[in-house]
Amino acid sequence: MVKITFIESTGKSRTIEAEPGSTVMETAIKHGVPGIEAECGGACACATCHVYVDEAWRGKVGPPSPMEEDMLDFGYDVRENSRLSCQIKVTEALDGLVVATPERQA
Amino acid sequence: MPDPIQTDVLIIGAGPCGLFAVFELGLLDIRAHLVDILDKVGGQCAELYPEKPIYDIPALPVVSGQGLTDALMKQIEPFKPIFHLGEMVEAIERIGDPAFRVTTDQGKVFETKVIVVAAGGGSFQPKRPPVPGIEAYEGTSVFYAVRKMEQFRDKRLLIVGGGDSALDWTLNLAPIARRLTLMHRRDQFRAAPDSVNKMRALAAAGAIDFKLGQVTSLEGDAGVLRAVNAKPDKGDPYRVECDAMLPFFGLTMKLGPVANWGLNLAEDLIPVDTEAFETNEPGIFAIGDIGTYPGKLKLILCGFHEAALMAQKAYHYIFPDKRLVFQYTTSSTSLQRKLGVI
Repeated sequence: MVKITFIESTGKSRTIEAEPGSTVMETAIKHGVPGIEAECGGACACATCHVYVDEAWRGKVGPPSPMEEDMLDFGYDVRENSRLSCQIKVTEALDGLVVATPERQA
Repeated sequence: MPDPIQTDVLIIGAGPCGLFAVFELGLLDIRAHLVDILDKVGGQCAELYPEKPIYDIPALPVVSGQGLTDALMKQIEPFKPIFHLGEMVEAIERIGDPAFRVTTDQGKVFETKVIVVAAGGGSFQPKRPPVPGIEAYEGTSVFYAVRKMEQFRDKRLLIVGGGDSALDWTLNLAPIARRLTLMHRRDQFRAAPDSVNKMRALAAAGAIDFKLGQVTSLEGDAGVLRAVNAKPDKGDPYRVECDAMLPFFGLTMKLGPVANWGLNLAEDLIPVDTEAFETNEPGIFAIGDIGTYPGKLKLILCGFHEAALMAQKAYHYIFPDKRLVFQYTTSSTSLQRKLGVI
């Protein structure tokens, strides 16, 4: 199992176990992490599962794809470390990953 | 008021369930009109995931959202549905038992015996950019669509976004605006390359301003915009003086006017019975994602089933004196005639 820590905009954090092969969004929804809406269900067709990847993890997580960048245009307060969590696949290499959720989704 | 359009059934929503309802109704000699807020058919399949694969349509191991829409359109062709696209149903008024007068936001009026609400997640509406207090400017200085270009003549305009709508309106409004600024988060665009090239040429010639950034706050009084504050990814925040802002941030689903139709609602869904998928208002049915009942699953295949059962009951409202004989398309000459295959 891979541990992922979600930090809310209020500062509250929660660490949950994610299944390799699933996505960070699916993990969040399954465990009812607040701040992730995933309106489109993971089709990379909205921007309501937006997260900020912790600086220490940006290299391992990698940059958004061009299609994901297009969707991030619709996000709220998009930053350089913004990703859509439905597009981050959980792998063993991401054990310990830390992401923050924005103050609000779009 | 224009003459009302007379129909047996008005289907609200032209997504997969609304389209398949045309088929099931058509087999029973019931013709339908459909209204959809999008400018195309297919609903979420066409708007959200046209290229994405769907794996759980019976007998189709894989089909794209657009592929499913195209196949449904072909399947319902014999029944000649009439589409009213780019319109939103605003009001429903009961005028008979059952019969309804339905009005759209474009002023179109229908008189129908039966209504089928197949509105999915509600109506697709322009996404409001998350800027504090933006509501106060909507309709006076902030516009999500351009109805009349003339209203922007000689104004200082700020267009925000990087898709086709933002780029198209930049190109169309630049000649008549006093000054036009296009603002986008990054220097890449989702729009047609030709539009992007034209926009860049205008910016290079000094005819418009292109700025990188995201809007952070608005300045103005009583709904009249004075300026917009923004910040780029890198660099200092800045201010753009403008009379109107046009944000183009795509579409989102909102329940919208469905809430005002006098139907019972449960958490933004319409409760229905499971025999005919009829709402609390006799003659108004709800199928697909917008309907709910114990055990409901938001699957396209469930919506198809709901459409078939809905049509059986709708038949009795439309032809109260006729007996309905259940038939199979495989063996019924009369159904095959309707389908135009014999």
